[in-house]
Amino acid sequence: MRRLVSVIVGLAALSAGCATTNQDNSSRLNLIKNRNELICGVSGKIPGFSFLKSDGTYQGLDVDICKAFAAAIIGDSEKIQYRPLTAAERFTAIKTGEIDLLSRNTTFTLSRDSSGGNGLTFAPVVFHDGQGLMVKKESEISSLKDLANKSICVGSGTTTEQNINDAFESASLPYTPIKYQDLNQVVAGYLQGRCSAMTSDRSQLAAARSGFKNPKEHIILDDVLSKEPLAPASDGQDQKLADAMRWVVYSLISAEEQGITKSNIDKKVQIAKNNPQLKPLRRFLGIDGGLGEKIGLSNDFVVKVIKSTGNYGEIYERHLGQNSEVPIPRGQNELYKKGGVHISPPFN
Amino acid sequence: MKINQKLFLQFGISIIFFGLIGILINNLTINLIRTGLGFDFSWLLKPASFALAEHPLPYTSSDSYAWALFIGWLNSLKVIVSSLILATFLGTLIGFARTGTNSLLGLISAGYITIIRQTPLLLQLMFWYFVGFLGLKDNMFIQIKNIFNISNKGIELSGLTFSSEFLALLFGLSIFTSAYIAEVIRGGILSVSRGQWEAFRSLGISERKGVIRIILPQALPAIIPGLTSQYLNLAKNSTLAIAVGYSDIYAINDTIINQTGRAIECFIILLISFLLLNLLITNAMEIINRLILKSQRYD
Repeated sequence: MRRLVSVIVGLAALSAGCATTNQDNSSRLNLIKNRNELICGVSGKIPGFSFLKSDGTYQGLDVDICKAFAAAIIGDSEKIQYRPLTAAERFTAIKTGEIDLLSRNTTFTLSRDSSGGNGLTFAPVVFHDGQGLMVKKESEISSLKDLANKSICVGSGTTTEQNINDAFESASLPYTPIKYQDLNQVVAGYLQGRCSAMTSDRSQLAAARSGFKNPKEHIILDDVLSKEPLAPASDGQDQKLADAMRWVVYSLISAEEQGITKSNIDKKVQIAKNNPQLKPLRRFLGIDGGLGEKIGLSNDFVVKVIKSTGNYGEIYERHLGQNSEVPIPRGQNELYKKGGVHISPPFN
Repeated sequence: MKINQKLFLQFGISIIFFGLIGILINNLTINLIRTGLGFDFSWLLKPASFALAEHPLPYTSSDSYAWALFIGWLNSLKVIVSSLILATFLGTLIGFARTGTNSLLGLISAGYITIIRQTPLLLQLMFWYFVGFLGLKDNMFIQIKNIFNISNKGIELSGLTFSSEFLALLFGLSIFTSAYIAEVIRGGILSVSRGQWEAFRSLGISERKGVIRIILPQALPAIIPGLTSQYLNLAKNSTLAIAVGYSDIYAINDTIINQTGRAIECFIILLISFLLLNLLITNAMEIINRLILKSQRYD
């Protein structure tokens, strides 16, 4: 009995610790502005998306999305505190208010987006990915069927784990999942030969392979097991922050559609100022219309964003382009005009 | 008068104490509801839709989350019980070697204890897994007449298979804990006065018989409490399974939290599972302790 009581006391003490966050009902947007710093949850371990460089800075597509948000909300893309999070920690970190928003290779799904599920809200997709399988060339495995009864290394607590199960189950193939908490362990397990294949998003496979000793000895199979639209996310109860995030992402895509880049943004602003007839451009750059105010940002937020990160195409080229360390063909991540799926609603 | 005062004081303290707990629990519930994380356990009956590499009982991905958790608990129990036995055996051997008359053995066991106790357990687990087992290449396996078979997939012993994840955890936990158990055993043996050793030697009782019949029974009351706390540590350390890909209850909890977003409920379940496990160990050890004390009174 005495032991039981002490346990209850311990539990209660624990609960007190985690119960004091999210006290004020106002939007997190104001909190970020007052704090003058954005707390952005990232992975920190995926080259090309968010990776801690040897000079101590974070770099990658996900990191640039954080920078775009900081530029739009605070006006300074450097005022960011990055929080590296594991897949398992990320949603709790948003719900408890430990981070303002998440920009961490997170797949946009119904359960995560709904109030009855994880209770988040997603911004528009910043990278369309799909789950794939990587095998050693010498293994002569060429499709999913060749992997029957084999072990497969997979990261636990992700949609990856569910997708691989769905794929094998619907094909009635038995398999053994070897689950690790961390992508680095998945890679180690695969390279050490514990599994015949490793599975993850194809972008992550490509990123991991770029770090191998002999990248050419590994192939990514043609089987694509899932749609993996990766998107930033925030607390589902905070509509204001979600609105701001949504339109910051669209501004990156819209800027690329209109050919507005980091280098010509000043010129474009001048043109817009001098030509009152260019209504859409004037609205987009915040000279007319007061669009920014409607989402709790300054009217010229687009200018601040493009000045600090460039448009979506520039961000992509910088981290995943042909000359980057993790080249991934743009494929469906092109603009809709060029055969991809990225499109922005009008800034009206 | 004095008794009344005492009662009053105790009554007051309990009111404050339970009031505090009530406030804390109330605070927790209100805040959980506010963040949209109100308590709900109905997801437990939904299908888990993830596969498990190891399951002592039948399991498929269409089974419920509750069943998956139970399988995880069994997996934990399996590794805890087997590590507990192996660690006790190893620890006892080393503890005796450390206190014995053979100075070479004493030196070796002292070195063993020093090395094991001064490196982190996580590192040791990683070592056993990534270097020890996965270091064995696919084609480089030892095979004896289809009875004993060792490769980087694990060990196969006449039909029984032990995965390398389980074995790495078993070795890591047992060896780590055995170093601590050895010290507990040594402490127990040293608590028996030297006169006892001299007495049985002078009576011509053999060293082995003397240790088992004379020294150990007197050392046990000092050993058991220390041993219990090492067993509890072992049980708790087993959650590091997640580092080597073993599907213990913590690893499965981790997956479920991510799929359902029910972190608080999952941690409560986790706490209760470990509470059950550790209460089981504590009570079993208490019974053993009582039996030993009782048997000594009659001797």
